[in-house]
Parts: sequence; structure tokens; C-alpha cells
Amino acid sequence: MKRFCEQLGRRTVVSLEELGYVASLCLESVLWLFLGPRRRQPVQTSAVFREAMEIGVMAIPIVSMLCFAVGVMLAIQGIETLKVFGAESKVVIGIALSVTREFSPLIVAILVAGRSGSAIAARIGTMHESQEIDALRVIGINPIRYLSTPLLLAALISVPSLTVLGDLAGLFGGALFTSLKLNVPVTVFFQRCLDILSVDDIGQGLIKSIIFSLIIVLIGVSNGFQVRGGAEGVGRATTRSVVLSITFIILADLIFTFFMNR
Amino acid sequence: MDHPAIEVNSLSAHYGDRLILDNVTLTVDYGEIHVIMGGSGSGKSTLLRHLLALNRPTSGYIKLLGRDINSISEIELDELRREMGVAFQGGALFGSMTVGENIQLPLKEHTRLNESTMRIMSRMKLEVMNLAGFEDLMPSELSGGMIKRAALARAVVMDPKLLFLDEPSAGLDPVVAAELDQLILRLREAMNITIVVVTHELESAFTIADHITVLDSGRILITGAVDEVRNSSNQRVQDLLMRRVSMAVVDGDAYLQRLTG
Repeated sequence: MKRFCEQLGRRTVVSLEELGYVASLCLESVLWLFLGPRRRQPVQTSAVFREAMEIGVMAIPIVSMLCFAVGVMLAIQGIETLKVFGAESKVVIGIALSVTREFSPLIVAILVAGRSGSAIAARIGTMHESQEIDALRVIGINPIRYLSTPLLLAALISVPSLTVLGDLAGLFGGALFTSLKLNVPVTVFFQRCLDILSVDDIGQGLIKSIIFSLIIVLIGVSNGFQVRGGAEGVGRATTRSVVLSITFIILADLIFTFFMNR
Repeated sequence: MDHPAIEVNSLSAHYGDRLILDNVTLTVDYGEIHVIMGGSGSGKSTLLRHLLALNRPTSGYIKLLGRDINSISEIELDELRREMGVAFQGGALFGSMTVGENIQLPLKEHTRLNESTMRIMSRMKLEVMNLAGFEDLMPSELSGGMIKRAALARAVVMDPKLLFLDEPSAGLDPVVAAELDQLILRLREAMNITIVVVTHELESAFTIADHITVLDSGRILITGAVDEVRNSSNQRVQDLLMRRVSMAVVDGDAYLQRLTG
């Protein structure tokens, strides 16, 4: 029992320490955005675009495909369920609301966590192990300004943009299946979506996606900077960052959805 | 100048509870090549990390070009770092950039020179390092000796006043290592830089050094001109120079305690 308490205490301290580290990383990344020019270390726009290419543009095909598939699945399940009440035609409401509020931001975030969160942790971890981070410091380049801030900015631009794309792809998937099954033309489906959806619904998804991008980048970067123990350490940090990102994304989603729909 | 290029005073450093550097004091004059020697675990790499302001000491101070690196502001430290060049043991070239981009990085970050000037400057340094024509290769395509030379090129691209080299000839064959030693001597001659070299290679140390500091278990055994070190009567220094194994007296009780502890 004593040992259990000891371990619990120790883990709590470690977790709190890590939380503090992530918070300071977030603060410092944002501060560099404003302090950079004054300290002759501006955040370079080219670096932001490079990262946005990697996080956002390169993910367009897979995001469209997955969100399209989710839209189709929602249509299938929705029609099946609503058939019980003879209200199949109401399926548009279900698809429109759940895609924009829930599925699109969630699927995009999980995908970006898997694609880019892991890559961020692996890249920074490898740089740390091969003394490249030290090299940056001695050249007089702050590693957070050089590595973390562009990633954060890129994710804050890319993830919400991908979410909008995901919204469209998901709705299109739903529309396509509904048009085949219920003979509702795609244009009519989208017209009804426009009637049903308010700015708040899309906004809810976008606010979530902003929070998710923070989670993905900060967890990826902090795990990368904390790598110890060579190649094995890099592997561990990569896995850890993906698992932690997805866990926190789902938890944040839960809390957010709960409070936004009260 | 009224102050030495590098001044280390009563520097002590710990990793956790373990004492790594114990009251280290040394000075390096302008234009001097100072070699810090010692076996593995002697604390020489830790001393280098402190000289580069990558670690903070427990006590004591380090002044580079007359400025105390642990009490100046971050901005001043960044400015100081523009006058320092560092070549790490493994090169620490950025794997995602070509050799040319690696060498241009300090220029890109700290100067407002145009692209072609930066390219010419980096090519000039590559010429000096006998790496002409390799600027478009990735670091992974270079041999060990070439990586060290490319790292050296990046370290001197801003024409620093201080140059720190971590094990420049470690892991290289004797011919390449000797070439690198000559390169270091030529650099000093051409640019009059103050150079600190951390190494455990005796031959290299005696070839390039003006002064040598020998570290052992975190303490300075001796610091002085090359001949002073070579002729030192200190048993431990001679052991290191003659590559003799130090025969520590085994304390039976402590040994048993370590095994069973």
C-alpha cells in the first residue's frame, strides 16, 4: 500500500512537471512570435509555409478520403436507424450536424496526430540525440523559435482548413449515398444542409480543431525535446506522442462537446 | 586587451548529486590554441558544455571575451554566440539540409546579406576545408572526415573570435586526422582565432596546442605550455601521456559493499 501511494505520488509529480513544461512551451512559442523581430530572430514565414505544406497540404487526399467514407457510413447507419421510425428523410439533419460538429474535426485531428504528431516528435528527438539542438543554440538560434513556433502556426492554419475540407467531403459522402438510396439529389441535400446548419455548428468544429492542433503540436514537440536514450528513446517518444495526442484529443472533445451542448 | 579571451574561475558542476567539475580555473589568451585533454569521464565534455553556456554551473564563473556568460541577458548571450563557432564531435550538421545550406544557416539567421553573397561566403569556407563541390550533397552522403570538415566550415562561416572543437580527430584515420590538425593550424594563422580543442588524442594535442590543460576526475591535473605538460613530474599526467593504466588501490570493504549494496 505504501509503495502504491509512493508511486502514485511520484507519477503525479512527474505528470504535473510535464504539464508545466508543455504550458511553458506553449507560452514561449507564442511569445517568440511577438518578441522575435525585436530580438533579431523573427519567425520565418518560409518555415511556417514549409510546415503547413507537410501538415496540411500533404494530408488533403487522405483527409478527403476518410471524411468521405465517414459521411457515407453515417448515411448508411442514419437511414437504417431512422427507417424504424419511418423518418429516413430526416437523415440530412443527423449527417449535417454530426459531420460538422463532431466527426470531421475528430477524424482530421486523429489523422494529423498520426501523420504529423509522430513525425514532429521523431524529428526533434533525432535532432536532440545528434546534438543538432545544441548546434542551433550555439549558433544563437533559439530552438523553440526555430522549431516549435512555425509548427504551431502551421498547425493552427492547417488543421482548421483541413476540418472545413473534411466537412465538405463528409457531407458529400453522405449526400452521394442518400441520393442513391432515397433519391434525394445531391444539390437538394446540400441545400437542406445550408438550411439546417448555423454558423455556430461550423464554428464549434473549428474551435475544436484549433484546440486539437495545439494538443498535437505541443505534445509532439515536448516529447521530442525530452528524448533520452538514442534510437530507442526516439521510438518511445514517437509512440508516446501519438497515444497521448489521441487520448487528449478525445478527452478535450468530450469536455468541449459536453459544455457546448448544455 | 585587458582581459583574456576565456576565463574560467573556480568552476564546479554537478549532474544530480555527482560532482563532475571540481574547482576548475583556467585562462586562454587571444590567438591561442588551448587543448583540454583527459580520459573518458574526466569532465572535459562537461567543461565544454559549460563554456558554450549549454549547462549552468553550480558555482564559479566563465567569462568569454570579458563577458560572464551566466549573468548576461539572453540577448547579450545571443550576440556573444555570433562571435563563437562550435564544431561538435559528430558534426551535428542538420540532416534535412544540404551541406551548403548548413553552412549558410548562421549567415541566413544573423545577417541581411543577399543569397548570392551568402553562397559565395559558404563556398569560400568549403574551399578552405577542401570540400569544394560538395555543397549540394546531404550530410548523410559524406564520409566521417568530410562531416568534421563541413562542421568546421559552418563553425567559422561568421568569422568568429572564439572557436570550440569537440574531438575534431576522433574516429578518423591517422592521415585524415593529421590533415585536420594542419587545417586547424592554418585557420588560426589565417583568421587569428582563439581556439579551444577538447580531445583525448595525444598526438593531435601536441601538434596543435600552445597550452594544454589536463583534466582528471573533474579536477585540473596540470595546465601549461606543451613542454611543461610533457615534462611534468606528476605521476597521473605521465600515466596519461604514456598510456599507462592507473592502478587504483582496491578497498576490500568498499568493493564488497558495492557488490552487495
